[in-house]
Amino acid sequence: MSQNNGSPTSLRLKTGLAEMLKGGVIMDVTNAEQAVIAENAGAVSVMALERVPAQIRAEGGVARMASPKKIREIMAAVSIPVMAKCRIGHFAEAQILQELGVDYIDESEVLTPADEAHHVDKHAFKVPFVCGARNLGEALRRIAEGAAMIRTKGEAGTGDVVHAVKHIRQIVQEMKILTVLSEEELYAKAKEHQAPYELVKMVAKTGKLPVPNFSAGGIATPADASLVMQLGAEAVFVGSGIFMNDSKSFADPEEAEKRARAIVKAATHFNDPKVLLEVSEDLVGAMKGLAVSGIDESQMLQTRGW
Amino acid sequence: MKIGVLALQGDFDAHRKRLEELGAEVVLVKKPSQLDEIDGLIIPGGESSTFLKLLGKTGFAELKEFVRLKPTFGTCAGAILLAKEVENPAQTGLGALDIGIRRNAYGRQLESSIREGIFRGTPIEMVFIRAPKIERLGPEVEVLATEGKDPVVVRQGKTMAATFHPELTDDTRVHQSFLDLVQNGKRHK
Repeated sequence: MSQNNGSPTSLRLKTGLAEMLKGGVIMDVTNAEQAVIAENAGAVSVMALERVPAQIRAEGGVARMASPKKIREIMAAVSIPVMAKCRIGHFAEAQILQELGVDYIDESEVLTPADEAHHVDKHAFKVPFVCGARNLGEALRRIAEGAAMIRTKGEAGTGDVVHAVKHIRQIVQEMKILTVLSEEELYAKAKEHQAPYELVKMVAKTGKLPVPNFSAGGIATPADASLVMQLGAEAVFVGSGIFMNDSKSFADPEEAEKRARAIVKAATHFNDPKVLLEVSEDLVGAMKGLAVSGIDESQMLQTRGW
Repeated sequence: MKIGVLALQGDFDAHRKRLEELGAEVVLVKKPSQLDEIDGLIIPGGESSTFLKLLGKTGFAELKEFVRLKPTFGTCAGAILLAKEVENPAQTGLGALDIGIRRNAYGRQLESSIREGIFRGTPIEMVFIRAPKIERLGPEVEVLATEGKDPVVVRQGKTMAATFHPELTDDTRVHQSFLDLVQNGKRHK
């Protein structure tokens, strides 16, 4: 393994790339053609997948890292950074993805977890990692393990933004609370959040995570992107919402490109209703989606990870 | 002094912090009309292909006109946008700097690095993230910093560019030299 990957220098390079993605949209793609559509629409990065979360949810089975051949095709097709997912705790998949040269690894609850107790030791890698979180404690545990970017989990593959909102609100509120607490209260909070005291203290000082904080899981429209960004997300991941009509059928490529362009503009002008109206007006439809309130908790992806 | 930071996408907030630290008033520019109120502009790091999509044809034309008239500084993706020729892949540039630049010239993220280079004769820390390389320098282009043999900060008239990210280090010298450029431009008017 390469030297000092958990060093401050290495962490600066890892969060540095996340800094470059701020204000942008990272899009899930399942082939080179979709990757090119995403890049042409202005995506800052693409996530290379075998199946998008809506398909995984509908088809079931074990969801694993995408095939290296497919990821390589996507890497060759675009000039923007390419991310890929590994299963939670599956450090061997992560080693393969690093060897392949992807720009970011998402240790993701969308895939079937490989370890019921441990996440990947992300300090051991030179490639940066993004991890999902539903609350501040989870975010700080992932950062302690070496994650260089956090994204809210939301509920992937649903096109229902409700849990992306819940999770960003939760994290932002928990951070705000820390900023007004005294030293001894912070020790107690660290215990409550099950997170390292040093990280809790850092958040208390700045009111922000020490790494970029993005949003994911159910964002399907320009208005959804605006919503989570107004709530404090610094960029958005859009999974199934661009290329899917429902959990089985893909959207027409032209329609997908329109949706992608609209969400890219919405992420930039997230606080400008005039632009948001303009970009929303151009769209004829959105992913049909699946209401999260109708999903049994045991079927939720967000509860994976600890 | 009012400095704009193009805030379509990218690490514009890191530039904002640095400029405020140096005493400049900062405007985050998302619309062409905001260009009228600023004395100089920074185009940050990010994805240059995304910047172009978000600018659109009219935004690009208005930015090109601004850059012709007022001091502009681009870092990484910003440097790519300011160049005359862009490779890997070929891409439109504003043409304010007579340079040829190659995107992702060091490779992917695993090749990102922090190195020491020389800025105006003294050492400086340089953060390169999926960085471009300046492969051709026009006769009017002055080299302000080098890393190894590569030119990494250049200037032509009132336009400056860095292929690395001075906004991601604690060293304020590169930004200060841009603010000096803006100040001098104002004085000579």
